[in-house]
Amino acid sequence: MEEPYTRVSMPYKGSHFTNEEHMLGTTIMAVEFEGGVVLGADSRTTTGVYIANRVSDKITPLSERIYCCRSGSAADTQAIADYVRYYLSIHQLDLDDLPCVKTAAFICRELCYSNKDRLLAGMICAGWDPLYGGQVYTVPLGGTIVRQPYSIGGSGSTYIYGFCDAHFRKGMSREECIEFTKKAVALAMTRDGSSGGVIRLVVVDKQGVSREMIAGNQLPVISAE
Amino acid sequence: MASIGTGYDLSATTFSPDGRVFQVEYAQKAADSSGLTIGVCCKDGVVLAVEKILLSKMLLKESGRRVHLIDQHAILAVAGMGPDGRQLATRARQECEQYRNIFRTPMPGHLLAERIAGYVHVHSLYWHVRPFGCTVMIGTWELKQGPSLYMIDPSGSFYRYYGCAAGKGKQGAKTGLEKLDFRQLSCDDALLELAKLINAAHDESKDKPYEMEMIWIKSDTGKASLVPPYLIETVRQRAEQLAREEEMAD
Repeated sequence: MEEPYTRVSMPYKGSHFTNEEHMLGTTIMAVEFEGGVVLGADSRTTTGVYIANRVSDKITPLSERIYCCRSGSAADTQAIADYVRYYLSIHQLDLDDLPCVKTAAFICRELCYSNKDRLLAGMICAGWDPLYGGQVYTVPLGGTIVRQPYSIGGSGSTYIYGFCDAHFRKGMSREECIEFTKKAVALAMTRDGSSGGVIRLVVVDKQGVSREMIAGNQLPVISAE
Repeated sequence: MASIGTGYDLSATTFSPDGRVFQVEYAQKAADSSGLTIGVCCKDGVVLAVEKILLSKMLLKESGRRVHLIDQHAILAVAGMGPDGRQLATRARQECEQYRNIFRTPMPGHLLAERIAGYVHVHSLYWHVRPFGCTVMIGTWELKQGPSLYMIDPSGSFYRYYGCAAGKGKQGAKTGLEKLDFRQLSCDDALLELAKLINAAHDESKDKPYEMEMIWIKSDTGKASLVPPYLIETVRQRAEQLAREEEMAD
């Protein structure tokens, strides 16, 4: 009689990266300054352990002067951003003026909250409007919405809470905010395996929108290396 | 009256050969059969005032109100059939709430007016509904563009005004309004002007007694509220006194 179980071969239970969902294992952040905001993000998109895109753009426009940083499922966050952009474009016609950042953030919140059992999305909405100036709203996984002077998100953000607590000051200038964002994202990218690539920066203020890209070999030098 | 419509006035869905919709015109008549309603858009806000005819001596003060609070930034006054106006006020409240829930900002005045006008207009298109027998005025105040005043009639057409009047004696009130300087006029000063116009439109010997109702939004707070009763009483007495003095002078 055969020994029980000895000949039973176990089927391979692990998943293969070709079958996995595209994720934005991510570092994203946004900072308010007087009269505008800075948004920053890394550029790594992964399917499991495989880097599907090393130069992705996680900072997506919602309207002329409102942007969002996306983290979580690439598909979910793209779909949400598309919906918000659509709603805002119609709302803008009604207003005959630029929509409020608050409006964009709350539409985002509504979509995230009412579909929370089906979505994997953490977003930061930030931008400038003529009524209230620069604002940052964060909409994490469950669909809460909080306005913050600055916000960090994504897997990489866990590594830089201490840095941000230590180095964020109220009333930083536009240039100081850009430096702060660059440094924080660079630090997170070195420590977090799911963040990396290049740094993408977007600055939004009354004058307009400017974009910047810091290549992977030009990142601010970090002393630990 | 029987020959007026000559068969083309039985339904709001029928045009007369010369392109009129009699049912809607009758509704406009109904809107002008009640007391005078006036609205003014001042430099620092909007004021709406109504001459509410008291049909019985047993009526309690402030019952059957014709001025309505719609939202923090929006007010409405009715000329014509009170119940029809109340339904429009309810609708306006729903529109504002819905807009706030989605966009988290107060509903812009032109959108609110357009929505309510659309709702009124729809009631002039089907045989199974009756057009609204009222004209409503909507006042709003917005952070960016300040106060605005709209008037919507039973056909569903609406315009933005400096000053407008509806109801019995609207012609006289309109002439009075045209004499005002809306760039200089403040809400506080407008109260007396409105009281004077309503007082002038009212014929004490012929008409039933009336109650004056006023509602406003002022830019210092940006919040809609009923004008306090003591203020209304003060301007009403002042208006009556001025009228008496004028009579004496004549």
